[in-house]
Amino acid sequence: MYLSTVDRKAEWKLRAIGGNVVALGAVSMVTDISAEMVTAVLPVYLVLGLHLTPVAYGLVDGLYTGATALLRLVGGYIADRVRTRKAVAGVGYGLSAVTKLGLLLVGGSVTAIGAMITLDRAGKGLRTAPRDALITLSAPQDMLGRAFGVHRAMDSLGAFAGPLVALAVLAAVGSGVTTEGFDAVFVTSFCFALLGVALLVLFVKDRRGERPASNTVSPKVALALLVDRRVRKIMIIAAIIGLSTIGDGFVYLLLQRREDIAIGWFPLLAVGTNLAYLALAAPFGALADRFGRLPVVVGGYVALLAVYVLVFGPFGGVPVIVLTLALYGTFYAATDGVLIALAGPVLPEALRTTGIALIQTTQAVAYFVSSVAFGLVWASWG
Amino acid sequence: MKTRVLIGIAVTVVLAAAAVIYVVSVRTGGAQASGQVTLTGTRIIAKAGDGHLIAMSGGTREVSPMTCARVYAAGGTGVCLRQDGDLTTYQIAILDKNLSVTKEIPLVGVPNRARVSASGRMVAWTVFVTGDSYNGGQFSTRAGILDTKTDQLVGTLEDFDVTLDGEPYKAVDENFWGVTFAGDDNRFYATMSTAGKRYLIEGDLARNSVRTLRENVECPSLSPDGTRIAFKQAIDADPTKGWRLSVLNLQTNQVTELAEPHSVDDQAAWLDDHTIGYALPRDRGRADVWSVPADGSGVPAVLIPDADSPAALG
Repeated sequence: MYLSTVDRKAEWKLRAIGGNVVALGAVSMVTDISAEMVTAVLPVYLVLGLHLTPVAYGLVDGLYTGATALLRLVGGYIADRVRTRKAVAGVGYGLSAVTKLGLLLVGGSVTAIGAMITLDRAGKGLRTAPRDALITLSAPQDMLGRAFGVHRAMDSLGAFAGPLVALAVLAAVGSGVTTEGFDAVFVTSFCFALLGVALLVLFVKDRRGERPASNTVSPKVALALLVDRRVRKIMIIAAIIGLSTIGDGFVYLLLQRREDIAIGWFPLLAVGTNLAYLALAAPFGALADRFGRLPVVVGGYVALLAVYVLVFGPFGGVPVIVLTLALYGTFYAATDGVLIALAGPVLPEALRTTGIALIQTTQAVAYFVSSVAFGLVWASWG
Repeated sequence: MKTRVLIGIAVTVVLAAAAVIYVVSVRTGGAQASGQVTLTGTRIIAKAGDGHLIAMSGGTREVSPMTCARVYAAGGTGVCLRQDGDLTTYQIAILDKNLSVTKEIPLVGVPNRARVSASGRMVAWTVFVTGDSYNGGQFSTRAGILDTKTDQLVGTLEDFDVTLDGEPYKAVDENFWGVTFAGDDNRFYATMSTAGKRYLIEGDLARNSVRTLRENVECPSLSPDGTRIAFKQAIDADPTKGWRLSVLNLQTNQVTELAEPHSVDDQAAWLDDHTIGYALPRDRGRADVWSVPADGSGVPAVLIPDADSPAALG
């Protein structure tokens, strides 16, 4: 009796945020399994499978991270212009899917592998803004926090499962680091990516809305977004988030150095953060709907501040590590989806994708600046 | 909607079947061990393309059941770098002459170099660490050393005192890789990179110190007589252009480029005082062990097909 009430309540909630959001969550989950499978094996594949050196890997990794912020803006604008957010997102998902097979086919050339990884990133850049725009258009405005919370939780569940699936595939093939094992991971990853595309095509509905007056979407109108005070405010928040993050690698490295964590535990630090993010994304989305999105984003900052205090401060011990990771996951849960939920209602529907792309690019560029600056400080002070 | 759900289920089943069929088709069988591989006698051991540790005696190839990502052996001690649990954790297994594991040390990062001193006492390895993103997406390597006699472990050479061009030097971007030991089991050579340059360093374990000797020398390998170092020399000092297999004479400071025309990205092994062995990738993910004279003469030839990580015993 009690259980069935809970079930009905949960069902009601999912229905309330919109089947489209759940469908997009499923697409993201499956796609993230695919992406994280490859990310998990890539360093091993390059170094042990292909006999490439760290230097060559640095080259590939540079391409990997630095790929295409501009494409996100262009993709966002096109999605608004032709009013087919689903199609643009679909091209992004499809592009990333093809590169999984590409990794298998291009052989041992560093350049070709770098190109595949760049294309994969391009696909990710292309699809993020239209997907988030679809979420803002699919859920009731007072449910946006919850909608993004559910979506991000499903997304990070996929990211969490990806490396485990890769391990399972390698175990099933029964060879540690041979080409057969990596090929099997790439093929399986490709199948997951295709499933993501299929789920998108079958179950995600495009939100076209009313055809806007012919001059509604033009570069000029898009640029006018920058003049809108409310949009600028959110861009500033995005920039502050970007500038105040120094990068996961640094946070874990600082923790490891000061706590002298046995080096074998290093990969678990990221797992801990992801678990906190996974668990808290939906509750924080609900909190944001209830008590306001801006306070939750500010709460995320406070959590990040606490992370820095713990990492640089005079405390120590295992509870501090656990607390740091929990707070770091909280920061992600309170800012990542909630920021877009905050932006959604402010952006005109016709320019929703462009606006979201603008905000995400602002954050990405600010983060890049901050991580490079911190890297320089780190290199000179150590 | 019902049709879509059915199509969705059908697509899921087809894709799952495709993945499973592929995985099953490339599944490798159990170890096809043939013969008892030991680390004795005068022969060359290596790692076969399928991961098995192999030994070449005359023309015959003996296959052990042991699988590794990289192997090396000398003086009756072997090392096997292999996966340990998940994808980011590896271990170095120290082997006795019968390939029994005597010690396992966990490593984080992907290991790509391993060496044992001629006496079999000292063991060194290099791992490539992806977690250190502090240098802006650049690679980061750590080199560790174990004294198997005293069990003394140097987790990373970054903790050693560095003398660069005669001056004390300290920087966080120091990376070490490719250790090779001298005959006294105390001195060693390796590569250190810092501020975009790569140096040959000479280290002293007793003093916890290293000093730079020369620029643009990577993955050194000391000859059995201790007079020369085989290494990979970045073409035009630019690693993105590839590496030329070369030999440095430590007495005359002369560098001789060897006859191998291809870029060699490996820590070479001395097969005897006149011959160098190294792996050269063929196709995708496969490599062959080649040999070439150490004095720049002759032509390279395939020594062991479908293998890498050569090490000469005895």
